[in-house]
Amino acid sequence: MADNSKFFRLQVITPDRIFYDGEAELVELTTSEGEMGVLKGHIPLTAILVPGVLKIKEAEGVRKAALHDGFVEIFQDHMTILAESCEWPEEIDVHRAEEAKHRAEMRLSGGEAETNVARAELALRKSLVRIQLGQK
Amino acid sequence: MASMRDIKRRRESVQSTGQITKAMKLVSTVKLQKAKGKAENTKPYFEHMYKAVNSMLRKSGTILHPYLEGGKSEKKGIIVVTSNRGLAGGYNSNIIKMVLNCGISKEDAVIYAVGRKGKDALARRGYTVAEDYSDAMNEPVFRDAASIGRRVLSDFAEGKIGEIYLVYTEFKNTVTHIPTWLKLLPVVVSEEEEEDGMDKLTLMEYEPEAEEALDLIIPKYINSLVYGGLMQSFASENGARMQAMDSATQNAEEMISDLELKYNRARQGSITQELTEIIAGANAIN
Repeated sequence: MADNSKFFRLQVITPDRIFYDGEAELVELTTSEGEMGVLKGHIPLTAILVPGVLKIKEAEGVRKAALHDGFVEIFQDHMTILAESCEWPEEIDVHRAEEAKHRAEMRLSGGEAETNVARAELALRKSLVRIQLGQK
Repeated sequence: MASMRDIKRRRESVQSTGQITKAMKLVSTVKLQKAKGKAENTKPYFEHMYKAVNSMLRKSGTILHPYLEGGKSEKKGIIVVTSNRGLAGGYNSNIIKMVLNCGISKEDAVIYAVGRKGKDALARRGYTVAEDYSDAMNEPVFRDAASIGRRVLSDFAEGKIGEIYLVYTEFKNTVTHIPTWLKLLPVVVSEEEEEDGMDKLTLMEYEPEAEEALDLIIPKYINSLVYGGLMQSFASENGARMQAMDSATQNAEEMISDLELKYNRARQGSITQELTEIIAGANAIN
């Protein structure tokens, strides 16, 4: 890779597969501190991810994926995302996501003593991201 | 010499056993192929996670965090990964032996069992089994690993256990499986020097703060180690079963050919005897 290139190496790894491995120009993702965009030459940074849309701008265009739960390591010339799960829009089962959303909402509004609010919220956020991407 | 009928019956029973072991071998061969592929797919995630956590800990040596120090409790949590079914050669007993000889006394050990064989064997010997995750071993997925990880971490946080270990079988290749003992918590920083000298100099920023980031990353690290352990064990289990069934089939074949020989000899013997008797009878009449 020539130094004057705008592209840097992006790897997205999940427990089951290497989800993405290629050259990207701009990567947008959602961290616990808010949304961020990463260009080449970013300062080294480790950030925690929350469910959100991952946007990869590569030479051929923009690709989007649903990214849930994980963390990202950014270096000057490469970037690694370790995610517990990550899906392309065509892999998303919108129907299932709708059901999950419904369940999560029920749990949150039900106010049962057993409910783990943090987990229910996480599930809700995941399902919302899936629905948002899957419907496009 | 045993009678012809006895030999025949025995041969038939060995034959049907041989058919069963042959079928089991084929099944575990297919399962092994699948499990091997999966185990290999989990490797990059596991390796990156390991590297990331290690470099993080090395760079931020001053961080004080409960996950990096031993808990106060004397008890030690052990996640024991075995199989639900037997007939896998030494696979299960190797793991159980390892737990028995690990130097942690029965009273101090808290077992989190994955796999019925290990759970039963350890419970019989008087170990405390805190939780049984045997269902996970039928088809390990990441969610199983995550729920095990959550449980041991919450026990660690509550002070029920002071250290966490993982015992699993590493899958080297189809014929070599190594029982492995791994310390999960407190996290041990490996002494190996990073091959990439650059990495050491770059100052890593954390968002949120390093302590908070560790709080979130360590559980993921534990989950990924547990998941890796499950996948490796699953592949090893099928590899071990395939080997065991292969040698059982071979033994059955050997026995069958041996019995065949004996049967033929007995048949020949009985015919000879009959002939002798008939001839003797005819001679007597004359």
